[in-house]
Amino acid sequence: MAMLSFERKYRVRGGTLIGGDLFDFWFGPFYVGFFGVTTIFFAALGTALIVYGAAIGPTWNIWQISIAPPDLKYGLGFAPLKEGGLWQVITVCAIGAFVSWALREVEICRKLGMGYHVPFAFAFAILAYVTLVVFRPILLGAWGHGFPYGIFSHLDWVSNVGYQYLHFHYNPAHMIAVSFFFTTTMALALHGGLILSATNPKKGETVKTPEHENTFFRDTVGYSIGTLGIHRLGLFLALSAVFWSAVCIIISGPLWTKGWPEWWTWWLDLPIWH
Amino acid sequence: MTRYAPNWRLLAAIAVVGLSGLLASCRDDGTSVLGKTSNQTGYRGTGMVQIASKSATEALKLKNVAPPPEDPADPDSKPAKEVYQNIQVLGDLTENELMRLMASMTTWVAPEEGCNFCHNPENLADDSLYTKKVARHMIEMVRSINSKWGNHVGTTGVTCYTCHRGKAVPEFVWFGNSGPKQAQGMARDREGRGLASATVGETSLPYDPLTPLLAHPDDIRVVGKKALVSAYIPTTMQTETTYGLMIHMSEALGVNCTFCHNTRSIASWPQSTPQRVTAWYGLRMVSEVNKQYLDVVAGLLPASHLGPEGDGPKVSCETCHQGVSKPLLGATLAKSYAKELGPITGPTPPVKP
Repeated sequence: MAMLSFERKYRVRGGTLIGGDLFDFWFGPFYVGFFGVTTIFFAALGTALIVYGAAIGPTWNIWQISIAPPDLKYGLGFAPLKEGGLWQVITVCAIGAFVSWALREVEICRKLGMGYHVPFAFAFAILAYVTLVVFRPILLGAWGHGFPYGIFSHLDWVSNVGYQYLHFHYNPAHMIAVSFFFTTTMALALHGGLILSATNPKKGETVKTPEHENTFFRDTVGYSIGTLGIHRLGLFLALSAVFWSAVCIIISGPLWTKGWPEWWTWWLDLPIWH
Repeated sequence: MTRYAPNWRLLAAIAVVGLSGLLASCRDDGTSVLGKTSNQTGYRGTGMVQIASKSATEALKLKNVAPPPEDPADPDSKPAKEVYQNIQVLGDLTENELMRLMASMTTWVAPEEGCNFCHNPENLADDSLYTKKVARHMIEMVRSINSKWGNHVGTTGVTCYTCHRGKAVPEFVWFGNSGPKQAQGMARDREGRGLASATVGETSLPYDPLTPLLAHPDDIRVVGKKALVSAYIPTTMQTETTYGLMIHMSEALGVNCTFCHNTRSIASWPQSTPQRVTAWYGLRMVSEVNKQYLDVVAGLLPASHLGPEGDGPKVSCETCHQGVSKPLLGATLAKSYAKELGPITGPTPPVKP
């Protein structure tokens, strides 16, 4: 495997969060580290438990395998292994694996002397997952409010939880989240298109510069956010999408139990037209 | 290299989560840390759950209290027909049973106005007051519901109080609603949408799903039976009207869609809860009650009691349910009036819907 000129220099010990030199080495191209080992441990255990859950379940159909959370009657306590306990252990494994992965990214950032933007961004994905399977269930008083681990079953859960509030598109945080998701894809498409257009000139012409890129958007919409700015914007848009997704589900149930459409009565009741 | 230092923020976050978990599990009345109760209506993990705030549930408990029944009628009594004249629908009662029902109806329907709300005090047999003629139809209606619609009202049954709650006109009746006057030309038709009507839970869905769908409950079903669209193609408008009716039902019963449906396949009966069967009969019961009784009563009412379009008051799910899945939280008041307002037959084997 080819190595970049500076890689050999950066492949030095140190920068770890815990464990000192323990596992502070590379395996082929991959940095291992203490958290690499915990990632593998949790991911392997969790996957094995999912396979076990499928084995004791009714189907091997990949689409229909489902590891369901416990019945609500178990509250925030432990459930028997075959009645949701498996889901609880797999949830611990999943969080262990996700958080380990994030901390491994942090350690690599520290070795490289970089900022923590990548693990910070990944932490938002973890936040969204933990919101669904830990925070919201705790606020509602039962692990059974988590979503089942299955390709179709988790989609069915999304559908039913949406219909718990009659019409989920009226959830204001869902509206904001959806808007950010769309804006993210639009920004990425504009940025990707712009970079590719600048780097793919007509045959025989030189690659264009950021000045060209800025000029394109200044001419088009009167403003260009700039080369660094577009990445700040992209990160902001993407993280906002995830953040508001987490908000939209954590307020559904713990804070608002009725249909989302009638939440908007505050708007209908404004004195201007009421 | 940097020495490891504890991440206080992370530890604080873990402590907060742990503490709230502890708090939540400390409550022994089944409510969550934020005062919410959950009721599972499907297999674990399907998301079929009713979540309610404890305060709202308490308020509904206070609002839905049935009055105590009158003492049972002394069986030592002559047939009412021998004592009173012009007994048209209660001829099977004894004098004491009739008196008991009349006294109860007064507290249920006209507690302020008293007997004279329906009766001419000079001559109780006199039919000159429209209210008396309406009451007669209403008694027939209650008896028909209790004896014919056991698949909806079960062995609980209904009384006048189920809808009236001490008011001459029940609070939750409805009238035809064709909406405000429309602009003309290109702005002509809003297709019945976009008015945030309370009937459809303040959504922008068609604001009067009751008129078309309670009259023809078979038109409610818009989900195709095949994966690919075949001959029958419901319009978006029909679909939204059904959605509006479903939201009306949810609001009327204080439940969400998953009380009856597993929304992974809304139309599928095997995946639905038993409550959907009860609701299926309820929709047909409401349809019949409106056609056979309320439409007749409309002809007796003074114009002031009619709706803006000149139609009479009609019933919907909300008229009886008033925010709870079992009217009056399942109070068995009607059982004490099985002779007067019955028979209460209970469910019969369901027909294939």
